[in-house]
Amino acid sequence: MADTSLSTDKLLDMYRTMQRIRQFESRVRDIFQEGQIPGFVHVSIGEEASATGVAAALTEQDYITSTHRGHGHLIAKGGEVKPMMAELFGKKTGYCKGKGGSMHIANFDLGILGANGIVGAGLPIATGAGLAAKVRGSGEVAACFFGDGASNEGTFHESLNIASSWKLPVIYVCENNLYGEFTAGKDVTSVKDIADRARGHDMPGVVVNGNDVVEVYEATSEAVERARKGEGPTLIECKTYRWEGHVVGEEAFLGKRSYRPADEIEAWKKRCPLITFEQRFMPDTFSQEELDTVQSEVKQAIDDAVQFAQDSPYPQPEEALDDMFSKE
Amino acid sequence: MRELTYREALREAMAEEMERDERVFLMGEEVGHYNGAYKVSEGLLDRFGERRVVDTPIAETGFAGVGIGAAMVGLRPIIEFMTWNFSLCAYDQLVNNAAKLRYMSGGQITLPIVFRGPGGAAHQLAAQHSQAVESLYAYVPGLKVVAPSTPADAKSLLKTAIRDDNPVIFIEGEVLYGRKGPIQDEEYQIPLGQGEVKRAGQDVTIIAWSKMVHAALDAATELAKEGIELEVIDPRTLRPLDDRMIFDSVKKTNRCIIVEEGWPFAGLGAEIAYRIMKEGFDYLDAPVVRVTGEDVPMPYAKNLEHEVFPGVEKIARAVRNVLYS
Ligand SMILES: Cc1ncc(C[n+]2csc(CCOP(=O)(O)OP(=O)(O)O)c2C)c(N)n1
Ligand SMILES: [Mg+2]
Repeated sequence: MADTSLSTDKLLDMYRTMQRIRQFESRVRDIFQEGQIPGFVHVSIGEEASATGVAAALTEQDYITSTHRGHGHLIAKGGEVKPMMAELFGKKTGYCKGKGGSMHIANFDLGILGANGIVGAGLPIATGAGLAAKVRGSGEVAACFFGDGASNEGTFHESLNIASSWKLPVIYVCENNLYGEFTAGKDVTSVKDIADRARGHDMPGVVVNGNDVVEVYEATSEAVERARKGEGPTLIECKTYRWEGHVVGEEAFLGKRSYRPADEIEAWKKRCPLITFEQRFMPDTFSQEELDTVQSEVKQAIDDAVQFAQDSPYPQPEEALDDMFSKE
Repeated sequence: MRELTYREALREAMAEEMERDERVFLMGEEVGHYNGAYKVSEGLLDRFGERRVVDTPIAETGFAGVGIGAAMVGLRPIIEFMTWNFSLCAYDQLVNNAAKLRYMSGGQITLPIVFRGPGGAAHQLAAQHSQAVESLYAYVPGLKVVAPSTPADAKSLLKTAIRDDNPVIFIEGEVLYGRKGPIQDEEYQIPLGQGEVKRAGQDVTIIAWSKMVHAALDAATELAKEGIELEVIDPRTLRPLDDRMIFDSVKKTNRCIIVEEGWPFAGLGAEIAYRIMKEGFDYLDAPVVRVTGEDVPMPYAKNLEHEVFPGVEKIARAVRNVLYS
């Protein structure tokens, strides 16, 4: 068994990260609706525990790949909220100088190999990072976030086969929120649990409560240990739920139609990752006051990030042509 | 005459063809219960049922290839890509199977299949969601490529494409879905390979398709104020190409600009410019000029996107350039 005992510091860090994701995403939703952010924005409210629990089991040197719904993954892996927010505003101070936007935020210094606008595109990339770690013998692992929908793409199956055949240090993290865009997974997917697909590739497949940060952390720690020992990849399926629409503002084109039952949404809100944490650790480990302090510190940080993004300059027009080829 | 949006025109075309021919069916991501990501297939599931309006998993290689297989044994699938960007996941199926199976088998089969969906940039969707892919497909022998600019063209050409016994790449303008236009009530058929003069003029020929037709028409309105008369011609089908219309126009104006949203290198405009040079060299009073997207992926920031996109100002600049004014 991996050593998964959690110090109170670590626990509080995880709570802070979840708060940061929740508040970042909520603010992004609001300012998108005010028209301050363009494009497509996919928020991960309700899915904070999977991002946080996975990243908490990694080191700064380890890698992640993310998705179109990636803000939470990035924050969990150490992404700063200021340059993230600035990127969403298309500002020069953003992580990608305003060139990427929500679906393409990346920070390679933090091992964040990028959000990705193409469903399933991160799977081979994470597998490649795992291959590099193995070839170099440098000991990193790669954690790959993807959705239930993405697990129906060819890249999922091709990547798992490669990683298992070559015993690569990769953790495949499926955030199963029951839906692709508007189609329920059960209508287009051959298995009930995505984790069952691990068997076809001869690797462990585990299902966890994706809204319980500790459970996610423990499962990931075990997978990381396996990966670092050269025993190969693991598929972890986090059962979770997105509270918001597939994209922010989808109500405008949904009309009166609903693709999700209201009681389903309500039931999942009761299983909120933050509340799950609070119920478990309050008051024995943390007082209400301690957690409230975290919450208000995070609020300040998000306020500052929005201010920073608003105050930042746009890129210069001619920068459109930069960054194409390495000049070395 | 009625007014329809581009979206409604496409929907009518599919519904009429599905009504007319049992073998026609629609398959793609979110086309059924959700009524289409861009609502083109709204109501079709209710009308034709789950057997003929099929929601797929997110598996482009899979469902594109599944469509090809169904076409090989007698059905006439319409495959919707949620956007053409995602067709790149299925490029192998389109290029190695759809385009080649008839030829490789010595002409044994027909492959009546339409791949359709929105193409081109919308607003700040960034690099992976803002691509004009027509040149990638027009390059491939065995594929026909259509990119209509108006509701009337969209409706008729989609019907023609569905009735065609060959694979057709049908690229809709993502930003054109809400655009309205007149549609005649009686059935009319535009053949593939027939363009249309969208505005007559004698000074400079502008060749454009899909949403760039509208940019060209806007430029024409602007420049008419200065007494410059542009002739805007829309090939509508990019392969086969209406060479006749293009040469006739260039012979009249002696100057030509090709406007395309996609990248410059090896883009369709290069082929068109070559054809004009080869057939109409003696008629040209200035080199053919291309107005294209810049040679970079689409950036996200609004001002950078504007910089990269080939809009009205760039067309107007090119016009002055070929007029030496
Ligand atoms: C290759 C590809 N196909 C389709 C899309 C459009 N699309 C964006 S997100 C999405 C749903 C993804 O579902 P899932 O993997 O479950 O992730 P979730 O959105 O639920 O987090 C789809 C179909 C895309 N971006 N890329
Ligand atoms: Mg999902």
